[in-house]
Amino acid sequence: MQNKTDIKQYFINQFNEFEKSLNGEKSSDFHKVRKDAINRFAELTFPNQKDEEWKYTNISSLKKHNFSPAAVKANVSPETINKFLFDKMEHSLLVFVNGEFTPELSKLIDIPNGVVIGSLAEALKNNNPVVKKHLGKYAEDENYFFTTLSTAFTKDGAFIYVPDGKVVEDPIHIIFITKSGSEKILTQPRNLFVAGKNSQVTIIEHYVSDEDSVYFTNSVTEIVANENAIVDHIKLQEESKKAFHIARMEVDQERNSNFSSHLISHGAEISRNDFNARFNDEGSECILNGLFMIGDEQLFDAHTMIDHAKPHCNSHEHYKGILQDKSKGVFNGKVMVRQDAQKTNAFQENNTILLSDDAVMNTKPQLEIFADDVKCSHGATIGKLNDEAKFYLKSRGIGEESATAILIHAFASDVITSIKIPALRDYLEEIISKRFNG
Amino acid sequence: MLLEIKNLHANVEGTEILKGINLKVNAGEVHAIMGPNGSGKSTLASVLAGKEEYEVTQGEVLYNGKNLLELSTEDRAREGVFLAFQYPVEIPGVSNTNLLKTAVNEIRKYRGEEELDSMDFLSLLKEKSKLVELDSKFLSRAVNEGFSGGEKKRNEIFQMAVLNPTLAILDETDSGLDIDALRIVANGVNKLKTKENATIVVTHYQRLLDYIIPDYVHVLYKGKIVKSGGKELAIELEEKGYDWVKSDKAEAVV
Repeated sequence: MQNKTDIKQYFINQFNEFEKSLNGEKSSDFHKVRKDAINRFAELTFPNQKDEEWKYTNISSLKKHNFSPAAVKANVSPETINKFLFDKMEHSLLVFVNGEFTPELSKLIDIPNGVVIGSLAEALKNNNPVVKKHLGKYAEDENYFFTTLSTAFTKDGAFIYVPDGKVVEDPIHIIFITKSGSEKILTQPRNLFVAGKNSQVTIIEHYVSDEDSVYFTNSVTEIVANENAIVDHIKLQEESKKAFHIARMEVDQERNSNFSSHLISHGAEISRNDFNARFNDEGSECILNGLFMIGDEQLFDAHTMIDHAKPHCNSHEHYKGILQDKSKGVFNGKVMVRQDAQKTNAFQENNTILLSDDAVMNTKPQLEIFADDVKCSHGATIGKLNDEAKFYLKSRGIGEESATAILIHAFASDVITSIKIPALRDYLEEIISKRFNG
Repeated sequence: MLLEIKNLHANVEGTEILKGINLKVNAGEVHAIMGPNGSGKSTLASVLAGKEEYEVTQGEVLYNGKNLLELSTEDRAREGVFLAFQYPVEIPGVSNTNLLKTAVNEIRKYRGEEELDSMDFLSLLKEKSKLVELDSKFLSRAVNEGFSGGEKKRNEIFQMAVLNPTLAILDETDSGLDIDALRIVANGVNKLKTKENATIVVTHYQRLLDYIIPDYVHVLYKGKIVKSGGKELAIELEEKGYDWVKSDKAEAVV
């Protein structure tokens, strides 16, 4: 119990330091939002396993560390960034080092007029009306401990605005790199992506580290897909195995919009992803796909919710996990079909492969249906690699390791192949090969 | 001698299925192993391929003078043993091409040969797929997924053609095939026959042996070879049925 007060009080104390670092910005309108948030934060409880949403996810080890924002600017070379780029892909690149936008490592290509791709800090400073209208409007933070923390400490993150009718052809690749050394750094990227009517954009959120250090990433991403907009979102997690990663993504979908999300993760010491999408109007489609590969004693948790608030919408959710060693996975996927949401089409599935007897998976696919004319299905499987298939491969001269790798590639393939960018698919195949080809 | 099986006993889940098999196969020969259901035919094929559920309790198997039973499944394949499965496994997400490319290159590596480059490999696949009249669209499809029974069996013989084994074991490759598919499969097997390799055809029916002419026929019953002879034995079996063997259990050795 002592600890609980400690970590909360610790962050509240940090807020004073944080305020000082803001200098003149303290007087901005937005700072009131931060101050309100820290006051709400003081009323919240650190999540524990008595809470249904955290039942299988014990994050108490987070409390053992005193994380704080980076004291000095870290030096990251372009060579380090190059390691995380995808071959043969034209793209705009935003790089955030320890949470702060770093223009010298970033580049923008062929941006249509009116499109904004940049840092939230800059947009806040300029009182950008889009930010004012949307920031914090979707990621409700009355009850989310970590979202409230994020709101209170909002400073920087990626901000993308695509006005009505504009198409951003090349993907926007955003790299969040943490370079902490022995410092226990806390970064809180706050991202806002707004796609106007009839617009199209592809955004890759890529969390990386080339160190084995302890740090804490607490990110919140809000996405708005206006009428008939197409937004493809990919999140890659290639972080330190000792890192803590808590993330939330909120998606607001207007009429006839089309949103897809792919989460590909190597996990961290603990990673928790809350992905929520809401259909605010008819005719929309949402895809939530995920692939997580964890080992050692890693804990990975995907919590998703698709809210069919309106009729004639389609959702498709497929999460796949590959667990090694003593790792632990959690999938909690909820599809809510409200009374109004007739003609809903919802598919949800979670499949997990346990490569070790000590790995544990907790899965909870949930459907809540209040409409009566809908097509919904959900399911989950947990198992091992197919022995028959493995024997078949070996009988053709393929060794144990390759046979395992081939079957893992095959298991992951439907999530990977549903990503539209070939260069990214190649990158992911490479990641899987490196991990399982020994 | 290519293969010598001596007094082979094997259990499945504690039940003895093979009860002392003796068999000698020379290069250039085709042997047929026939027998009623449950006699141990498929068990023998699986033991030779190295399936783990089968426990060898007695006896030995020499292949090219090596102790076959000591080799892993993959090493047996790399040494030139091939099993055409009775029930080929469907592997979603793995293309035929990918399976064969990995297999060919791992086998070549084992033998100290250079890997095949993509062009050479593709032309090898195209050439061999003609042998079993397999449309080249099957190459990019997932292994056996959604294949008809006949396509699966043809795919087995196609893989055999690509891997070019020294000892091929065909486990009931004929079951469930219509006469056209049977002809295609048999034709493929016949074309692959050389003086250096041997084929063991495991079958329940004599029909396949009209197309693949065996040098020797063995009748397996209750885990033992109870009769051996030339191809005329298969015809005799077809006429008299397996009851004839069951009542006349004289043991024969080749």
